Amino acid sequence: MAKKVIATTSLAGCFGCHMSILDIDERILDLIELVEFNKSPVDDIKKFTKRVDIGIIEGGCCNSENVEVLKYFRDNCDILISLGECAIMGGLPALRNGIPIEECLQEAYLDGPTVKLNIKKVLPNDVELPQLLDNVYPCHEVVKIDYFLPGCPPRADLIWDALVALITGSEMDLPYEVVKFD
Amino acid sequence: MKEKINQIINKYNSDRSRLMDILLDIHDDKGYVDKNDINQLAKSLGISAAEVKETVSFYHFFSEKPRAKYNIYLNNSITACMRDRQGVKEAFEKACGITFGHVTQDSMFGLYNTSCIGMNDQGPAAIINDIVFTNLTPYRVVKLIEGLKEGKELRSLIYESYGDGNNADPDMQAMVNNNIRKGSILLNKNYKKFDVVKNELSKHSPEDVIQMVEESDLRGRGGAGFPTGMKWRFGRRVEGDHRVIICNADEGEPGTFKDRVMLTEYPDLVFEGMVIAAYATGADIGLVYLRYEYKYMLKYLNRILGEMREKNFLGKNISGIKEFDFDIRIQLGAGAYVCGEESALIESLEGKRGEPRDKPPFPVEKGYLNYPTIVNNVETLASAVRIIKNGAAWYSQYGTKDSTGTKLLSISGDCKFPGIYEVDWGTSIREVIEMCGAEKVQAIQVGGPSGMLIGPRDFDNLSSSDLMKWYKPSGMMVAEKFFDRKLSYSDLPTGGSMIIFNTERDLLRDVVMNFMEFFIEESCGSCSTCRNLPYIMKMKLEKILNGHGVRKDIDDLLTWGKTIKVSRCGLGQTAANPILSSILNFRHIYEQHVQAMADYDNTFDIVKSVEAANKYVGRNTEFHSN
Repeated sequence: MAKKVIATTSLAGCFGCHMSILDIDERILDLIELVEFNKSPVDDIKKFTKRVDIGIIEGGCCNSENVEVLKYFRDNCDILISLGECAIMGGLPALRNGIPIEECLQEAYLDGPTVKLNIKKVLPNDVELPQLLDNVYPCHEVVKIDYFLPGCPPRADLIWDALVALITGSEMDLPYEVVKFD
Repeated sequence: MKEKINQIINKYNSDRSRLMDILLDIHDDKGYVDKNDINQLAKSLGISAAEVKETVSFYHFFSEKPRAKYNIYLNNSITACMRDRQGVKEAFEKACGITFGHVTQDSMFGLYNTSCIGMNDQGPAAIINDIVFTNLTPYRVVKLIEGLKEGKELRSLIYESYGDGNNADPDMQAMVNNNIRKGSILLNKNYKKFDVVKNELSKHSPEDVIQMVEESDLRGRGGAGFPTGMKWRFGRRVEGDHRVIICNADEGEPGTFKDRVMLTEYPDLVFEGMVIAAYATGADIGLVYLRYEYKYMLKYLNRILGEMREKNFLGKNISGIKEFDFDIRIQLGAGAYVCGEESALIESLEGKRGEPRDKPPFPVEKGYLNYPTIVNNVETLASAVRIIKNGAAWYSQYGTKDSTGTKLLSISGDCKFPGIYEVDWGTSIREVIEMCGAEKVQAIQVGGPSGMLIGPRDFDNLSSSDLMKWYKPSGMMVAEKFFDRKLSYSDLPTGGSMIIFNTERDLLRDVVMNFMEFFIEESCGSCSTCRNLPYIMKMKLEKILNGHGVRKDIDDLLTWGKTIKVSRCGLGQTAANPILSSILNFRHIYEQHVQAMADYDNTFDIVKSVEAANKYVGRNTEFHSN
């Protein structure tokens, strides 16, 4: 059986979900027997070099670059997984959704208590910078997402089980404790 | 004002459980309660300001902001919308110069939307300073507002004559019509008032009375269909210093107005039913929870209760039966659909937010002020009187084997003769359609809680978890394939609300959306499922209606709709039903709206979503296509 190809990325996330992937510990050696990584921070491949089976997305979309990367993943991956709270719901970054974007920028760059050195009152508007979205969007509101793995971050075992199930084509074991959180 | 509020508090002996009455009186006096009033109330009643505030903020007819001299509550039920509510609404807005949800600058007029006010057969209707105005048209609105501006008295502007029957009673004088289209054993002029209490009751022991009701197989008429005799037996069995009979007259199920007609024409029958229930269960406290929308009946109903006291049908040693003491008080609600749920109703009676309680314990175990409490629907109590008078066997000859007796149907919508029909259980939908003169029927909303099983008759072994089985409510939108089904507890149970839609109605855009808005408005907010899902599902439906839907959206609605069943009360559990039952019976309409080929569609627009930030930082929106 040919090795499945996996790609990962972190959009508006904290890399905590990627850390959780690494938390599968020595099983990563088993994993590497089953899969090869393509575009991913793990191996620092910047552009897709081949068609990918499974794309794993951490974080939601807060700027135009996130949207572009996410669409790039959708175009190149057969299956997309939203990994973790931010990808699924927007997560912590989405707390700004209740506040107008103008006020967010004002607080961050002009009036915030820690803003001391911006004497010229410069706002980030260089054309090289990503453009900020009005809200933080969960991934499935931007592209089609096939699977969702909840958690902040999702437990390493959950990620492991999901990947094994996807790769081997077997059904995933989802006991009550895994889907019931309170 | 402080003095006045003190007087009101003293009137109710600083009793915390009478907070509803205290707030109602303050609203009658000054129209709203402000922060100072709330603090004063908290201090005098010995509770926190937050407890007062949470009650005030819960009810639709309470206000923390000054209201107007004339507060106009226009009902937004579906049948009103089908009869040009939009035109009436615009006429009000134009005549008053404000939009809904606001008060004019001179504090003359306030315009508010309100859920179904029990006038579905004569809408659009509005409540203005507790007076009901039915059959509104834009022309009538203009004349009404003109008259008020000229300083005419509100009552003098009633444009139709007073309604039929007791609606014209000097203590009611309402332009509401009964529209009784078919009577049988309840709506029956041969009823001899208080005959049972006067002549029959003393012949039977309380045990006998319960047995007769059991043998008649009478079931709760509010919709859930719990066996009434069993409920009474439970209430009698539980120990308590007091026992309580509550008459649930909070009919808020959109499209239901039978209790309004019963209380207008046969209040004596209902109250007599309460006396019988009290005798059977050993209750000494009687409460009628009357929805605020029916406040226009209050004076009239209190007069009837007064007459009953004079004749010793209420009070001490009723009808000469030793130690049978029982009296009835009418408690007004303040506008909250969920208070029709019996435990929420009890919370409200205790002066709190009308949030449903966790069950068990059930009200028969711990109800009003923790006393064993029996909550019965208006129609159920009235039926009990007929059973005691004529016997269980006589009663069982009406209806079917598993659903005995008759049912009051509130019929509205697209038909020639909307109104109240008393039919035998077992009547088919098709017969109902013919009865009310409906043509080209596309769908009927058979509302109200349902989902009944024939219950075990072994009372002694029935535990709370068995009781739990009865709480399975749901409303149904039925399509033509169901028209031969019969109204009964085993086939198609109903609380009696039937709204008819003809083939010209847009079921999804007009009807389902209206019902979803109702549930969003009336959720008490306690369970996250009922607080969030109806809103999310409505957004999804909007997406479908706007042409962005895909097949998966329909499946999502079905899957998500199941989650809502974990909500605590019947309102929450049924809040997704407009969508679920319309998918079940009218899936083809949904499928017409979704895209056949696409498996994913969203409404995300990147250009639009970066505009605000770019504008603020002074940057052009530019995207280069790859």
